[in-house]
Amino acid sequence: MKKIQLLLILSITLISFAFIPQSDNRTIPSANIKNLDGGDVNTTELQNNGKPMIISFWATWCSPCKRELNNIAELYDDWVEETGVKLVAISIDDARNAGKVAPYVNGKGWEYEVYIDTNQDFKRALNVNNVPHTFLVNGKGEIVWQHNSYSEGDEYELYKQVKKLLEAK
Amino acid sequence: MNITKNIVIILLSLITILSNKLSAQGIEQILSKGEVHGNFQLDMQYYKEDSLIGAQAVPEDVLMNGFANFIYTNGNFEAGVRYESYLNTMLGFPVKYKGNGIGYRYASFTNKEMKITVGNYYEQFGNGLIFRSYEERGLGYDNAMDGIRINYKITEGLHVKGIIGKQRYYFETGEGIVRGIDGELMINDFFGGSLAESKTRLTLGGSFISKYEADQSSQYNLPENVGAYAGRFILQRGKIRFDGEYAKKINDPSADNYFIYKEGEAFYIQSSYSTKGFGLTLSAKGVDNMSFRSERNASLTDLQINYLPALTKQHAYNLLATLYPYATQPNGEIAFQGELVYKFKKETILGGKYGTSLLINYSTVYNIDSTKIVGNDSLRQGYTTKIFSIGDEKYFDEINVEITKKFSPKLKGIFTYSNLMFNQAVVQGKTPQDHPDIYANIGVIDLTYKLSKKHAIRTELQGLFTKQDKQDWATFLIEYTYSPHWFVAVMDQYNYGNKKSEERIHYYFGAVGYVNGTNRIQLGYGRQRAGIFCVGGVCRNVPASNGVTLSITSSF
Repeated sequence: MKKIQLLLILSITLISFAFIPQSDNRTIPSANIKNLDGGDVNTTELQNNGKPMIISFWATWCSPCKRELNNIAELYDDWVEETGVKLVAISIDDARNAGKVAPYVNGKGWEYEVYIDTNQDFKRALNVNNVPHTFLVNGKGEIVWQHNSYSEGDEYELYKQVKKLLEAK
Repeated sequence: MNITKNIVIILLSLITILSNKLSAQGIEQILSKGEVHGNFQLDMQYYKEDSLIGAQAVPEDVLMNGFANFIYTNGNFEAGVRYESYLNTMLGFPVKYKGNGIGYRYASFTNKEMKITVGNYYEQFGNGLIFRSYEERGLGYDNAMDGIRINYKITEGLHVKGIIGKQRYYFETGEGIVRGIDGELMINDFFGGSLAESKTRLTLGGSFISKYEADQSSQYNLPENVGAYAGRFILQRGKIRFDGEYAKKINDPSADNYFIYKEGEAFYIQSSYSTKGFGLTLSAKGVDNMSFRSERNASLTDLQINYLPALTKQHAYNLLATLYPYATQPNGEIAFQGELVYKFKKETILGGKYGTSLLINYSTVYNIDSTKIVGNDSLRQGYTTKIFSIGDEKYFDEINVEITKKFSPKLKGIFTYSNLMFNQAVVQGKTPQDHPDIYANIGVIDLTYKLSKKHAIRTELQGLFTKQDKQDWATFLIEYTYSPHWFVAVMDQYNYGNKKSEERIHYYFGAVGYVNGTNRIQLGYGRQRAGIFCVGGVCRNVPASNGVTLSITSSF
């Protein structure tokens, strides 16, 4: 029974592959996340009025994530001014730390749009293995670039990609 | 197995409908909207015998855990599958993971206000006090539901979820059936009008869960259906937020509570105030007899229905995170936590040129005040208790101060001081006679020096000082990164202060890694200390090991 099941799923996957035009223009998948007021937001509503948008997955217990977002925070005003880019920070903190997200974000003075993906539905839908994981979305809502993990200086590579996106227009 | 059939039938009928109703061109058009994405992870270790740290060689020499997820989406339809492989399970993972299999498969569709999911799913009600199905792949923790879920948005501001299924138990499911319903009412959105614009926002929620497991005991008359319910609220006005949840579980004799018939209860309240540059959170939690599993005799992390978060700071630095991590005591505890985040502005005395960030966290956990019933306990209540009353035994206590400071465009640092108390007898289930409470001071200096835009060196110097357990430790780490592709790290953890001089061991570890987009390959070599390993709030005991590790992750 298990084998039949596997075979079916695999064959359906393969059939679908055959019909898919192989391009990178993946759009943001649908998942329900919470805003910092506790309200429901569907991820397909995330957008930046036709300008580039960064989606960054993080957690309060993840030190490379916080390094990345703190480093970007220092440059963020310039980035917004130069390119109109918006950063959406998705916290995957669960009930243990979710209540600390808003005070942390405000305490650090981050200007990002922040959501909480407590059940990790959005993380799963975007096939994120581990945090930090950063996506760049173009004005049409298509994911054009992504990067897993953070090393000091990675924010320059990210910004290079943002600018490349604007030049391509 | 019925669920499997369901999925197959749904998929097949979908294809049949598509092929009957539409021309070949139409099919192509529909399928061309489809997308397939996935992710992959592999961890492999070659084990070497190391008598000094008590690491054993394994007969297979090499052990491997791997998995890949594939998700297909097309409009409102979605289906996914995870192939998992344990050849054989790596040390420290639950040994019941063995061989290959499909650990997770589902199909779902959204039709206007309703979403139907069949197969496996992860879900939680409120904070999870009575229900949370969750995965933490890095620890082998997975209690996915296998059954049916309906998410229904009745109207603006009123959402209902219904679930039924069995829980994942390695490559099988547990015996028990879990079913439940959760409703959430966002008052402002629901009533609309002037309330929709109001600064004060109120959300109310309520949930009910029931589990069924047949009574096969000859010793006790066990309840076959056990119910639990919870109510919650979130009240927010501008910068102030207050939320709380209370849960109750009816009699649920199990191996965890030594088969008593006492009811269980839990509460979790949080309040916070934050404005730019300042954040404050205060929280409290009480738990009494709230272990909740879909099989009475399950243990460890198997078949847990609910989630009881630990109300302590979750650490990232090695010595703090792995030596004395706290885990919630489901049979009873009361905990308090406060956290302050503050930013000293630029160009002030404490802020300096770039501003300084301060984080202070205090947490403390006690037993709950309870009295053991001696003599006549014909109802098998075990003990009497007052959930809001603090007992006299401390389980954990920590004050943690973290200062983040930038000195120049090239140099910045994070300085951490922690003072903690850890009741190892209770938290780790050791004998109290020879395992006294541990009192430790811990300091961490974390410095990053940027050589250029792309090259950076980061060092961590950690010290842990205690008279108990294995006495003093030091950790030194140096990491060189070449953005965006390369990193090299070397670490040594040294138990230099151990009273037994033959146990003053170096745990050295080296790793090199390459990252390109979503591909990440890491090769490591060294010793791993035996102990509790925590990622994402879930903790697991890992044995001592020595050897070569390879990790690969990717997604597309």
